[in-house]
Amino acid sequence: MSRASTQAPDSDRLAVCNDGPSIDAAEAAVILAAERHGYTKASLFAVRLAVHEALMNGFKHGHRGLPASLPVTLSYKVKDRTIECTIEDQGPGFTPQDVPDPTLEENIERGSGRGLLLIRAYMSRVEHNTKGNRVTMVYEKPD
Amino acid sequence: MASTESRIKVRRNGDVMQVEFVDRNILDESNIQMIRDEIAGIIDSAPNPKLIISFQGVEHLSSAALGALIAVNNQVRTRSGQLRLAHIDPQIYEVFMITRLNKLFSIHATADEAVKSLK
Repeated sequence: MSRASTQAPDSDRLAVCNDGPSIDAAEAAVILAAERHGYTKASLFAVRLAVHEALMNGFKHGHRGLPASLPVTLSYKVKDRTIECTIEDQGPGFTPQDVPDPTLEENIERGSGRGLLLIRAYMSRVEHNTKGNRVTMVYEKPD
Repeated sequence: MASTESRIKVRRNGDVMQVEFVDRNILDESNIQMIRDEIAGIIDSAPNPKLIISFQGVEHLSSAALGALIAVNNQVRTRSGQLRLAHIDPQIYEVFMITRLNKLFSIHATADEAVKSLK
C-alpha cells in the first residue's frame, strides 16, 4: 500500500498486495472517501463488495501462476454522485464472456465464479479493457 | 485481518451444533479457509450432523465465503446431515438472491426457527 487508509484522499492510485491488511486498507481508502461524500450504508456495502471481488479476481485468476508478490493496482475517484474504481492486474487477461454463469442450475454448486456476477449486480457500469486484465467500474449514487 | 485464533464460536445443544462468526466481515481469504476447516471438523464429529450457521452480526461476505458455504453444504449432505442458515442481514441476503444461493440453502430468520425446521 502506498499510504495509510486514514489519509484516504478522494482519488488515489494504490498498489495492493495479496494479503488481508493490504486489501482491507485499499477497500477502506475508497469507503472512507465515499463516507465523506455522503454515500449511504447500502452504497458503501455495494462498492466495498465490488472492489473486494475485483481485487480478488486479480490475485486469484489474473495472477495465477505468477509470483504471489505481484501487486494489483487500484485507482479510484470518489465524487458526490459517482465512485469510479479501476483494478488492473499484471496477468495475461481473460475474456469475461467465457466466465460461466454461476446462477445456472448446472453451475449453482460451483465453489467459485461469482465475483464478476456480484460486481455487475452492484455497480452501475462495468467495462473491461481488450486484454482483459483491467476492469473499470462506476457506481452512481441512487436518486 | 488473518489470525490463528478461531474465527467461529460453536454451541452444542443436544445433537444440534450452532456456529456463529467472530468477525463482522467474512472477506479475508485465510480467515475463510480457517472457518471452512473448523466447520469441516465439526461436521466430521457427528454421524448425521445437524448444523445451524448464524450470521448474526455479519456485515460483509465475499464470494469466497459463499464458496466455503457451498463446500460445507456438500459435506453435510455427504454425511446425511442437515444444514440451516439463520440471522442473515438483508444486505447479505441480497447477495444470496443475486447468486440464487437462496434457492440452494435453507435460510431462516432466527436460529430458533432454524432449529425447529430440523427433521
